Amino acid sequence: MNAPDLDFLCALVRARSGLMLTGERGFFVETRLAPLARREGLASVSEVIERVMREPSGALARAVVEAMTVQETAFFRDRQVFGALASTVLPALGEAKPTGLRVWSAGCGQGQEAYSLAMLVDEADRPLPPIEILASDLSTAALEKAQAGIYTHFEVQRGLPIRRLLRHFEELDEAWRVSSALRQRVRWMRLNLIDPFRVDTGYDLILCRNVVSAFAPDARVTTLARLEQALAPGGRLVLGAGEPAPDGFEPVVGSPCVFARSGEHQIIIAA
Amino acid sequence: MKTCLVVDDSRVVRKVARRILESLDFEIIEAVDGADALTVCRGAMPDAVLLDWHMPMMDGLEFLKRLRKEPGGEEPAVVFCSAENKAERIREALDAGANEYIMKPFDGEIVVAKFDEAGLL
Repeated sequence: MNAPDLDFLCALVRARSGLMLTGERGFFVETRLAPLARREGLASVSEVIERVMREPSGALARAVVEAMTVQETAFFRDRQVFGALASTVLPALGEAKPTGLRVWSAGCGQGQEAYSLAMLVDEADRPLPPIEILASDLSTAALEKAQAGIYTHFEVQRGLPIRRLLRHFEELDEAWRVSSALRQRVRWMRLNLIDPFRVDTGYDLILCRNVVSAFAPDARVTTLARLEQALAPGGRLVLGAGEPAPDGFEPVVGSPCVFARSGEHQIIIAA
Repeated sequence: MKTCLVVDDSRVVRKVARRILESLDFEIIEAVDGADALTVCRGAMPDAVLLDWHMPMMDGLEFLKRLRKEPGGEEPAVVFCSAENKAERIREALDAGANEYIMKPFDGEIVVAKFDEAGLL
């Protein structure tokens, strides 16, 4: 792939999704767009780029951006984080707000994070208040897969202990499907985090993991500010491993990757 | 160093499993079927067993049931590794005392995750 093509593509992806491509960009672009070229019946990745250049607002451009943003992920990625959510964070939030909790998985990809949360809720020792889970992503293809809840043998073995698989999934021919009880817990929505979006405010728990750290600095700041607006008073924000606390937030002691607004932290602990 | 007994009638699978598990710092012992594996365990219990299901002589499930009745046979963490991917059969393996279950085909990442689940890493 030639340098002008690559630069064009990186600029497009950055403008449309906030994502900043780094490292082996050429290789990354080839591996992401080759399947797309095949699907569209185009001869090569170069031909895909040529068409996008001619029609940068078209459906193909959108598909290109989406293909670049989706990440492979696992169920219960970063187990300690889910451990803390189950043992401390969700019970504390539930006690503070027994009428019901709202959870948002922002940048949910193929749904593993949202379903992992739904499993935790289902398995809770002490019943939690009713929990509404919203899961959003930029990629329509990822959302379709997430909503169907169908995963291959390989995918269900990434992060999912066998007992959880048996408890929460049913077999399909060569795959596994999330139980309908779990699927009914999650509401899916296409949302670009860098567009001026309108989601309801009042989310008690927002997970946005391994998303903003790949963003360009301006997109990162804007997105975090919007997440902050959507977070209820006393709410918790969960970021990916190694992602720093946003301005105005501080880490919750004992819960890795979990943040509270500065000054709010002690209140919930005391409750 | 922890020991892992790899029980599979396929030389290829044993070789692949050995390579993955040695990279996790396990000392590997190999057995070609359940009867062979039981002999090994009666000599010295390994810390972990990676166990195929369908094998000549004694299959994995039968081996597991017998292992759990041996003195000290509760100790090893047993991770089944089988192309037997039906929920009902998997449940049967867990009821017989398996700690985790890998569905074939598998890769290194899955082995690492499952051994971690079984408390072996």
